[in-house]
Amino acid sequence: MSPKPHEMGHDPAAVDPALVSIPHDHPWARLPYVFAACGAVGVLASLGLVWGSVVEPAQFFFSWLTSFLYFLSLALGGMFFVLVSYVTRASWSVVVRRLAESAMATIPLFLVLFVPLVFGMHALFHWTDADAVAHDHLLQAKQPYLNTTFFVVRALVYFACWIGIATWFLRQSRLQDHGDASGRITDRMVKVSAPALVAFSVTVSFAAIDWIMTLDAHWYSTIFGVYFFAGSTVGIFALLILLAAAMGRAGLLGGTVTVEHFHDLGKMLFAFTVFWAYIGFSQYFLIWYGNIPEETVWYVHRTEGSWAAVTATLAWGHFAVPFLFLMPRTVKRRTGLLAVGAVWMLLMHLVDLYWLIMPVLHSHDAHLSVVDVTSLVGIGGLFLGAVLFVLRRQPVVPVRDPRLAESLSFENV
Amino acid sequence: MPRMLPLVPSLPDSASGYGLLARYDGPGVLLHACEQVRDAGYRRWDAHTPYPVHGLDRAMGLSSSVLPWIVLVCGLGGAAAAFGLQTWVHERAYPLVISGKPFFAWPAFVPVTFEVGVLFGALAAVFGMLGLNRLPMHHHPLFRSDAFGRASDDGFFISIESWDPKFDLGRTAALLERSGAASVERIES
Repeated sequence: MSPKPHEMGHDPAAVDPALVSIPHDHPWARLPYVFAACGAVGVLASLGLVWGSVVEPAQFFFSWLTSFLYFLSLALGGMFFVLVSYVTRASWSVVVRRLAESAMATIPLFLVLFVPLVFGMHALFHWTDADAVAHDHLLQAKQPYLNTTFFVVRALVYFACWIGIATWFLRQSRLQDHGDASGRITDRMVKVSAPALVAFSVTVSFAAIDWIMTLDAHWYSTIFGVYFFAGSTVGIFALLILLAAAMGRAGLLGGTVTVEHFHDLGKMLFAFTVFWAYIGFSQYFLIWYGNIPEETVWYVHRTEGSWAAVTATLAWGHFAVPFLFLMPRTVKRRTGLLAVGAVWMLLMHLVDLYWLIMPVLHSHDAHLSVVDVTSLVGIGGLFLGAVLFVLRRQPVVPVRDPRLAESLSFENV
Repeated sequence: MPRMLPLVPSLPDSASGYGLLARYDGPGVLLHACEQVRDAGYRRWDAHTPYPVHGLDRAMGLSSSVLPWIVLVCGLGGAAAAFGLQTWVHERAYPLVISGKPFFAWPAFVPVTFEVGVLFGALAAVFGMLGLNRLPMHHHPLFRSDAFGRASDDGFFISIESWDPKFDLGRTAALLERSGAASVERIES
C-alpha cells in the first residue's frame, strides 16, 4: 500500500505553474474560440437543414443523438478516469489528470445539448406513441418505467449527479493548485471518489439503457450499460493520448508527460479495447445461444444489408486489428504510432455508437446523411472548445498535487 | 537477443575460477559501475540487487527479452489448437445437433478458445521465464562467497564470469575497483 499523501516528503510544487499553462499569446489560447465557432456553425447548419426540410426531422434527431452520445461518452470517460485515479490513489496518472478533468467539466454543456432530444422524443422513441402502446401488451407492461415524465426526470437526475461530481472534483483540484500542500484535499477527494463511482456507474448504465436501448423498446440486454461504458473508456484513453501528444508537441506540458506515461495510457487503451470486445461478445453470445426472437431481432437488423459490413468493421476494426497493433511495447512507446492507434479507436468508437443507434431508423441499409456530419462538427466543436476553454483557465497539470513528484519520475519496469 | 549463458560453459580457465564478484554500497554507484563494465565490452556478467533498480537494464545494455514472443506464439498456438479441436469434434468425430445450431457453431467455440489461449500463454510465460533464467538451479558458484548473502539485504553486486572473452583476472579486477567497488573477490568454480 502506498503511503498517504500527507505522509510524503516531496516538494509539493514540483513543477513551475508557468511552464504548464497556456500563455495568453499562444496560438492554443485562441483555439477554444476556433472550435466554438466551428461548433456553432455545425449546430446552426444542422438546425437549418431540418428547418429547411432538407432532412427529415427523424434523421436530424437520430444524428443529433449519435453525436450527443459520442462526445458525452468522452466526457463521462474523463469522469471515470478522474474517479478511478483517486479511488486507487494512482500516482502515474497525475500528470494527465487535468486533461481528463477538463473533459469531464464539459458535462453542463451536454445538459443544454440534451434539450433538442426532449423535443425529438416522439421521433426517436416508439414507446412515446400512445397508439402503438395501446396495441402492444409489452409496451403497456413497461409503461411505469417507459413514460415521458419519468424519462425526463431520470435524465435530470443523471445530469444532476454528473454535474455535481464534475464541478466538485474540478473545484477541489483547482483549490489544491493554490497552496494547500498538506494533501488534505487529495485525502478528501479519495474519500468522496468511492461513493461517486457508485453513483457514476448506476447513472451511466441507466442513461445508456434510456437513451440507446429503449430506441428498440421490445429489446433488452442486461449488460448494455457496461457495453456503453466500455466504449466510453476506450474513447477517453484515445482522447487523452491525442491531447497529451498535441499539447506536448506545442510545448504546453513542460516535458511533464513522458514516454512512460504514454506507455501506460497505451496499455489502458489496449486493455479497454479488449474489455469492449469481451463485453460485446458476451452480449452477442448469450443472445445467439438463447435464440429467442425478441432478443435476436436486434442482431438480425444489424446483420442485414450494408449493416452486416458495419458489424464486420466493428469486429475487425474495433477489436482484431487494434488488438495486434497496440500489443507491442514499441508501438506504445512511440507517440506517433500510438497517436495513429488513438485516432483509429476514436473513429471506431463513433462507428460503434452509429451501429447502436442508426439501425433503428434505417433498418435495412446504412445511410449516411449530411446531418450526421453537421451535428458531429457542431457538438464536437462545442465539446473541444469547452475542453480547451477549461484547460486555459489554470495550469494543465495539477502543480501541487501531493503525488505529482511521484508521477513525474514514474517509470515502467 | 538476451544475454544467454551457454548451458555448458566452455572449460573455464582453472586459474581464474568462476570469475570475480564486486560489492557496491548503493544503487547509484552500482548503476555507474554497470555502465563502465558495459562500455568495456563485457558480455558474460550480471548485476545482483536486493530490489528492482530502475534503469539497471539500460545501464547494463540489456536488450529486450524474447519471452514476449514465446508467450505470443504459445498463446496463439493454444487458441488455434482449442479452436481446431472443437471444430474437429463437432464436425468430424461426433457431429451432434445441439439446440438446433449448425455443427460448425463457431461462437460456441470462442470461450474455450479464449481460455486455452490464456492458459498456454500463462504457462509459456512462467516456464519460458524459468527456462531463460536456467532455473531451477540448485547451486551456483556465487553462493561460495560469504558476502553474496547481502544481495538479498543491503548489498549491490556485479559478477563477471571468467569465460567472457574480455576477462583477464588482473585487468578485470582493476576495472571493478576503479568503478567504485567496496570490495572485489575471486570466486572458485
